[in-house]
Formats: sequence, structure tokens, C-alpha cells
Amino acid sequence: MNVVLGLPLGLPLLGAALTMIVRARAAQRAISFVALGGSLAASVALLVEVARDDSIVVSRLGGWPAAVTITLVGDRLSAMMLVIAVALLVLVLAFAIGQRASDERSPFYHPVYLVLAAGLAQAFLAGDLFNLFVAFELMLMASYVLLTLEGTDAQIRAGTTYVVLNVVESVVLLTAVGLVFAATGTVSMADLPERLAALPDGVRTGLNLLLLVAFGIKAAVFPLFFWLPDSYPTAPSSVTAIFAGLLTKVGVYTLIRTETLLFPGGDSTLLLWIAGLTMIIGVLGAMSHLEMKRILSFHIVSQIGYMVMGLGIGTEAAIAATVFFLLHQIPVKTALFLVQGIVERETGTTAFDRTGGLVHRSGLLAALFLLPALSLAGLPPFSGFLGKLALVQAGFADGAHVIVTVALVGSILTLISMTKIWMGVFWGEVHPAPPEGREGVLRHHRLMSASTIVLVAATLAIAVLAGPLYDFCAAAAAQLVDPGRYVEAVLGP
Amino acid sequence: MSAAMVVLIGVLFGCGTYLLLHRTLTRIVLGIGLLANGVNLLIVATSGPSGEAPLVGRDGRTDSVPQALVLTAIVIGFAVTAFLLALAWRSWTIGGNDAVEDDLEDRRIASERERAGTDVPDHEDVES
Repeated sequence: MNVVLGLPLGLPLLGAALTMIVRARAAQRAISFVALGGSLAASVALLVEVARDDSIVVSRLGGWPAAVTITLVGDRLSAMMLVIAVALLVLVLAFAIGQRASDERSPFYHPVYLVLAAGLAQAFLAGDLFNLFVAFELMLMASYVLLTLEGTDAQIRAGTTYVVLNVVESVVLLTAVGLVFAATGTVSMADLPERLAALPDGVRTGLNLLLLVAFGIKAAVFPLFFWLPDSYPTAPSSVTAIFAGLLTKVGVYTLIRTETLLFPGGDSTLLLWIAGLTMIIGVLGAMSHLEMKRILSFHIVSQIGYMVMGLGIGTEAAIAATVFFLLHQIPVKTALFLVQGIVERETGTTAFDRTGGLVHRSGLLAALFLLPALSLAGLPPFSGFLGKLALVQAGFADGAHVIVTVALVGSILTLISMTKIWMGVFWGEVHPAPPEGREGVLRHHRLMSASTIVLVAATLAIAVLAGPLYDFCAAAAAQLVDPGRYVEAVLGP
Repeated sequence: MSAAMVVLIGVLFGCGTYLLLHRTLTRIVLGIGLLANGVNLLIVATSGPSGEAPLVGRDGRTDSVPQALVLTAIVIGFAVTAFLLALAWRSWTIGGNDAVEDDLEDRRIASERERAGTDVPDHEDVES
């Protein structure tokens, strides 16, 4: 039993149980930070271990043979995702506390938040399909509660769509797991590549499609994305930030696993179509809206398209680019939602007809929006440019000219809708007028500002450290395109 | 797997999907219940012919893994159904009904689009 693999999952669960018992707010906060901090330390230790000798760390719970036990597996991709996810959870928790909103004041916020953290960790480390399903349920159940915590009319309405769609996704996933078991007699991701390859083509494609639909709903790809822009904007900003940064990316992570490990050499034409349509429809949806949170929500969808594009091209370089894009996308997207949260906290809304001129009140806040926004649109020298450049290069190297063109058009449209937010919220007349004697914005929201600044600095650091980070992603891709290494690590002696 | 089981799973999936397509949350909850049980039966059905004991060391034994899986799935399904019922109750206490409504912002944009055809200028024009 490798403790480094168990802690990111176990500590938040333990913390959740403790915060259910202890209702004092200060104690709950302390427990949450300790649990997430411990989880972060273990994740970093895992990352170091995985990066040091390029190995895959495996832990069989209870010491049973791999075929019958729950296995936790950490390779480069899952260790990287784990570190980003837990670090982000810590930052957003600080933001939520600084927000002084009613959601964090609820005695159930911290337990549920920690369960969400445990579910995320388990999803990244799960070594078999059924555990992946359980991890999804853990995460989703927590997200249902967080989304509807305040129980307002709008939250219940949007929450219903979200819950029902995700329950349908769970049913599809469970059906897929059942059918995979029926066809192969195992759910272990290490046994599956060999046994799935031995199946007739029709059965194999059917199972692949079922899993694609299940994870596609989670990742919000076209045409399964419609629940996302509908439900995310109603949640409190800190919750939307976590959902935007992490939940859809878990879907992308599982898509990567499915397409590289379980069904290598699957139908990439289908994935490329999905990718192209997701990019364009997502960004067009964003352009049609006049409210910051909704525009950003549609951009989540659009950016997922870029990751699916890399997966659809499917070469090692493209997978590396996809992993790098994931690494860049999570902090950038979350940072934008955190800025949105500060604006909403200050002015009460982010609808364009009721806000404006924030750049005159706080230049730093405007900069905090502008830097990740330009990165999202893919302008040099930001991390988004590097991610897209890598994707475009991989696309040209593989001769996929059409999808590259679509991706570049999508980037321009992204820039246009970011400009729209800039015009609507930051440019122009100061509106609404701040109360008398209230100067600036950020100094009134110290904790919120601090966590946003840290996150934006992290997005800039990704651009500065792009060389070593890209090397790491390339090594992760090398592990991914060779399923034999995963199988050997899990089933080996 | 007996034919009756196959038919039963099919009927559960069919009725569940039909109920899921309604706007009333109560029916959706019922539909999800049927779907979840359909999947549970599907997993049970993968464990082999009925009537065998789930023990190692006998001929024609039933695989015990699906039964472990299905137990977990039942518990999860129970929790989700309980949450959905709470949601339906809350929706009923707020609005007096439990129908799932359209998105407000979507409706606003749709109506703006209709008016834009006549005399109301575009939003961008108002802004500049």
C-alpha cells in the first residue's frame, strides 16, 4: 500500500466526516485547510516520485491481486491533474471564505467541498472503470449539493437540469461498465486493453461509443453540452469557478484515458467533428450573451473542443499538446471566474447593461481579467498561445488542415467575445457609481483578491516555465500512447 | 440469462426513458428509478446463469464481482433519488409546481431577437 496514493483521497474524506461533527465555522475552515493541505503535499510527493524515474505508481488496496482488488494508479497525467486540482481547491476555498457569501456560511459547505475533493482525487487515481464510476458519483453528489445550497428559485431550476442530466450520464456510464464487464469479464483498466482488443469490431465500437457519450456529457462536448451554460451561472462564483476549472476537465481526463488506454486507434474522424463543432458552437453561444458569467460558461464548452481536437488527431505530439492545454486551461478558466466573482461581489451583477468602467476604479482588477482573457484567446506570449501553437503544429504535422483552420477561427471569435466582456464590464463610464468614499475595489476584498492574484500569477508562470512543463507533458504523452507500460505496471509483480 | 430478464430490462429502460422526457420532476424521478433498476438488473444478468451459488470451487459458479458492483450501484441510486425528491419538494414549495422551467436568460434573449426584427435597436447599439 503506497500511502502517497491513498492520502489525497483519504484525507478529504476524513476531513468531511470531521466537519460534519464540528459545526463551529473557524474549526471547519481549519480542518478543511489541513485536509486539503495534506492532500496537496501527498499529491506533490506523488508527482515528484512519478517524475523522478518516469515510473507508474500502483497501490492495490488490501494487498489483493490486481484482478479482484481496488487499484489506485498514478502516472504522469494523473499526478499532474491531481496537483493542479488540489492546489486549485485550496485557492478557491480561500476565495470562498473571503467572499463572505451565504454559501460558505452554511454548515454543510465544508463537508461537501471536501467530498468533492475526495471524488476528484479518486477519479484521477482510479484504476478500474467501476471505481471511476463511484468517483464520479462522489463528485457529482457533492456538486449537486453545492449548486443548490442556497435553495433559491433560480438555483433549483438550473440545479434540476444539472442533476437530471448528470444522473442520465451516470446511468449511461453504469450501463457501459456493465456491458464492458459482460463482454470481457473485468473492469480493471489494466486487463481491459488486451481483452477489448480481442472483441469483435462491432461490440468494441458500441462499448467505445457508450463510454464516449457518458464522458462526453461530463466534458460538455457538442451535442451534449447544453446543460452547462444553463446551470453553471446560477451557482455562487466560487462554486462555478471550481466546476468550470475542474469538473468538465475530469470528463476530458477520462476521455483521454478511454481513447489512449482502452480503445487506442479509435475513430478519430468522429472526435474531430465533435471537436470542431464544440469549438464553434461554444464560442457562438458565448458571443450571443450579454452577461459575463454566461459568456465564460459558454467558453468552457468551446475550450473543451481544443482538447478533444488533440485527442482526435491522436499522434503523440497531439496528445502532449492536449495535456499541456489542460494544464494551461484549468487555472486560466478558474481565474476568469474568480475575477467575475469579485466584480459580482462589488457591483451586484455582471450583466453588461448594469456594469461598466471598472478599469477606472481598479486598474489591477482589470489587469487580472485581461491577462487570463488574452491567454484564453491564445495571444502570445501567454500560455494559451503556447498550448494552441502546439495543437496547431501537431495538426499540421498530421495533415489535419480543416480542424486547424476551425480552431484558429474559434480563437479569433474567442478574442471578440473577450473584448465584449472588456467593453461591457471594464471600459466606459463608471456604472453603477460606487458609494461615497469607497476607493478602489480589491482592498475591500483582500482574501478574494489575494487568491485571484496568486492564480493569475500561476497562469503567467506556466507561460514562463513552458519549456520544462512541456517536456513533462511530452513525457506524459509518451506514457499514454504506450498502454503496455500501464498494463505492465499494474499487473506486473 | 433468461428471456424474461432481457424483456424486463428492456421494458424498464423503455418506460424509464419515456418518463424522463416529461417536464414534471416527479415523473423524472420515477423514470430515473426505473432506469437505475434496469441497469442494476443488467449488471446482475452479467454474472452468469441464474440459480448458481456465488462460490469459488464449484462448476458453473456465478461470478460474485457483479453482485458487489450492483450493491454499490443500488446505494448510489438510492442517494441520488433521495436528493432528487428533496429538489422536487423544494421546487414545489417555492413555485407551487414541480415542472422544469426554461432558462430565464434564454427566454429573454429569444424575445429580444423577436423584437429586434421590428423597431428595437440591437443591444450593442444601445451601449455605444
